[in-house]
Amino acid sequence: MSAPELTPTIGLEVHMHLATRTKLFCGCEVAYDARPNSRVCPVCLGMPGVLPVMNEKAVELAVRMALALGCTIPDLAKWDRKHYYYPDLPKNYQISEYDQPLGVGGFLEISVEGGVKRIGIIRVHIEEDAGKLMHAEGGGNYSVVDLNRTGTPLLEIVSEPDMNSPDEVRAYSTALRQLAVYLGVGHCNMQLGQMRFEPNISLRIGTGPDGNPRYTPIAEIKNLNSFRSVERAVAFEIARHREEYEVDPQGYTLERLGKQTRGWIDDQEVTFLQRSKEEAHDYRYFPEPDLVPFVPDRRWVDEIRASLPELPEARRRRFIDEYGLPEYDAGVLTADREVADFYETAARLCEDPKAASNWVMQDVSRVLNERKVGMAGLPITPEALAELIRLVRAGTINRNTGTEVFDKMLASGKSAVKIVEEEGLAQTSDAGELETIVEKVIADNPGPAADYRGGKEKALGRLIGEAMKASGGKANPKIVRDIFVRKLRG
Amino acid sequence: MNASDLTAIQMREAMEKGDLSAAEATEACLAAIDRTDAKVRAFLSTDAAAARRRAQEIDRSLKAGETPGLLAGVPVAVKDNMCTADGQPTTCASRILEGWKAPYNAHVVERLLAEGAVIVGKTNLDEFAMGSSTENSGFEATRNPWDLNRVPGGSSGGSAAAVAARMVPIALGSDTGGSIRQPAALCGVVGLKPTYGRVSRYGLVAFASSLDQIGPFGRTVADAALVLQAIAGHDPRDSTSVAEPVPDYLARLEEPLEPLRIGVPKEFFGEGLDTQVERVVREALGVYERLGAELVELSLPHATDYAIAAYYIVATSEASSNLARYDGVHYGYRSSDHADMIDMYMRTRAEGFGDEVKRRIMLGTYALSAGYYDAYYKKALKVRRLIREDYETAFREVDVLMGPTSPTPAFRLGERTSDPLAMYLSDVYTVSCNLAAIAGISIPAGFTKAGLPVGLQILGNVFTEERLLRIARMYERETDWAARVPPVCEGRG
Repeated sequence: MSAPELTPTIGLEVHMHLATRTKLFCGCEVAYDARPNSRVCPVCLGMPGVLPVMNEKAVELAVRMALALGCTIPDLAKWDRKHYYYPDLPKNYQISEYDQPLGVGGFLEISVEGGVKRIGIIRVHIEEDAGKLMHAEGGGNYSVVDLNRTGTPLLEIVSEPDMNSPDEVRAYSTALRQLAVYLGVGHCNMQLGQMRFEPNISLRIGTGPDGNPRYTPIAEIKNLNSFRSVERAVAFEIARHREEYEVDPQGYTLERLGKQTRGWIDDQEVTFLQRSKEEAHDYRYFPEPDLVPFVPDRRWVDEIRASLPELPEARRRRFIDEYGLPEYDAGVLTADREVADFYETAARLCEDPKAASNWVMQDVSRVLNERKVGMAGLPITPEALAELIRLVRAGTINRNTGTEVFDKMLASGKSAVKIVEEEGLAQTSDAGELETIVEKVIADNPGPAADYRGGKEKALGRLIGEAMKASGGKANPKIVRDIFVRKLRG
Repeated sequence: MNASDLTAIQMREAMEKGDLSAAEATEACLAAIDRTDAKVRAFLSTDAAAARRRAQEIDRSLKAGETPGLLAGVPVAVKDNMCTADGQPTTCASRILEGWKAPYNAHVVERLLAEGAVIVGKTNLDEFAMGSSTENSGFEATRNPWDLNRVPGGSSGGSAAAVAARMVPIALGSDTGGSIRQPAALCGVVGLKPTYGRVSRYGLVAFASSLDQIGPFGRTVADAALVLQAIAGHDPRDSTSVAEPVPDYLARLEEPLEPLRIGVPKEFFGEGLDTQVERVVREALGVYERLGAELVELSLPHATDYAIAAYYIVATSEASSNLARYDGVHYGYRSSDHADMIDMYMRTRAEGFGDEVKRRIMLGTYALSAGYYDAYYKKALKVRRLIREDYETAFREVDVLMGPTSPTPAFRLGERTSDPLAMYLSDVYTVSCNLAAIAGISIPAGFTKAGLPVGLQILGNVFTEERLLRIARMYERETDWAARVPPVCEGRG
């Protein structure tokens, strides 16, 4: 009997901060750079007698994300308390949703080699974040805690174990981030800890005698906070599971060992055992009596559904179909909703989608990168860019002059038409004037002229370049080329 | 007549007439506290200087012609599980919060202050409101003003005793399973537990969140109505408070309710009921009959035995969670001697909590544990539903239900401290009201031969406080129990 095939089976729990101004249960501002313990109040400090009040914006954002993931919004969701003792959790319980989350049963499509793959979403729910505990430096026998983050709204999104490789995990993570940012649900800034990952990994070991699939134990890796670390941790675990299984094919199974929790050491790129099945916490979940259950108004849910923008994956495919863009362009342009909106407006107005794509991916991207701003920080409207593109299309200016005009638009805020007019940048198509320039270039460059006459195609480029220079960049390069051809080979 | 003998409404009337100032009322109550509280020990803390300052402020504003609040110049006591940001500690009578000063006012405290009340002190309770005798206080046992060897009931025993002993006319208590009504009965005063959601719990240190409700103590029905008027209403900071309009509780207080059908649940007259208590309560029912009410015998099959069992699972489960925060990390008591973090948690809680609190935390932790949740907590919720249905059925037939508030009059200090189950049975007639989230009131109904007060409990459907108070007033007008003065107040100068 041959060794069974081992198929990685991976699910992902993702936590992201919801993009609310205030915390989940109180009016404290969500801030990432504030002085420690300066964004706190009796409620988020869990003082005696306080009560939570649900942040409606957080619920709205969560429902928005759940709907975008194709989830069902049940008629009733409830809040539960999850108990564990830790100094960064002042109440020693976390308000979460246990068995009746606000979104269930959706999916997210990701691009994989050879097409699109659908990753199932088990559930989407809201919970509160904890504070940050820091142990004293220099071996001091104490710790300090910053409770600014305590009570920050978190969205937890739990996938089905539908992923089979680290690549798919990365594709899913990035697609989820893109979706959340697209919808305005979360900012998902990794450096700020706004998005965190907990993958669970096991290998499917063919099929057991009962016909059901068998698995290696499930390893859940806690608290990974970058795409890179989640990808590497998953790859590490797949290799580790293979080794363990090969050493003990009978013993290293899910039935025997169950689920274990592991940590990740980023600089060594290894996981380590935190808790085995026997040491699993009993969180003593029970319904949160201080909050009323969430009973969504159907009309409100429908309104949110109707307000959802076209989602990135659908839009990417539409850009390919409708504008004939290459896969690559479509992917880049739809990665950010504002970029996609900008592109689409410009493309429609200038009636040259491919040219608009080049402009956005080259000139616009360059400016955004240089200035480190988002679309909102670009002083050029898509309408203004479309006008510029039309000038190039019409041959009024050439492409290089176009870039020059673009930069001038940035600096002055003037329209392309105005800049071209004021600075006399319109290219020369006047045959008589261009004939004179061409004749002078041929006279001044006898070598290249002879080369081109002799059949060297490359020499023509040099000649055209000289003619452009002589015209101050205003010559219409197409006409100049025609004149050279006629004069030297005619 | 001493000003401290006046009811809140009488004080307000005297102030309106110019016969009494807030300062005089406050001074009289502070003097009564000085005289009496060394024996009764109703207060955990008082702040005489702050009360005097506050009374003078009220007098100034009254003199300036400002519209007086409902409680302008009236001295009030507040159970020490409600947060006050006035500099007095909020301890819940627990060592674990000894000396803790709340940085904010409870909603009810804000309401009292907005209506001009003078808060003179914080009253004793069973630690975290867990008990029926106020003996579980981490600091001292409060005595029953009618017999200093007996308990005042609990857990709001301090507030009940303070009102009964005429140290203040009115006080706030909290009722999770009878903690207002039972001490009211044992101390011979009026105590009202409003419908769950009628009064905001914001700032009430939680014992069992789905059962806790704040309510008033007074020596008369009208005073209880007055205080309820001041504290009832929606508060956006408590998601479980209800946006139901607040009626005028005093406007029709003197109007009897006619016709009146009174349900008398046979389960409230079962085994364990003291014969003298039964006699007093039957006589009170006779008064209603003479007033034209119809008595209807009925049954609440789940409201006593099952209620006690369900209550001690629901309440302890929620308590085990609510009290998890007292760990010595962020505020309150921290054990000075510990090896590491876990040891700090364990020692802090072992040293900071009293036995009854620990017992309930353990019971609740057990009930919520994996493998037991369905058998205990979930089943208790089912029983809770059945109890609510019992009441819904009853209220389709009758206007209110009546019976004894407590199966016995005040018991001796120490009598039940070694027998938690006997103590738990003190609440046998009161817990179902909290489980069903309905309203209940205990009013003085007479005395035993030994001179101990007996309470009549009247239960009404949700948000029927206005009718409950009117029905209570019908009886009160026919009797004069409120005029009796407990022995501890006698012989004063």
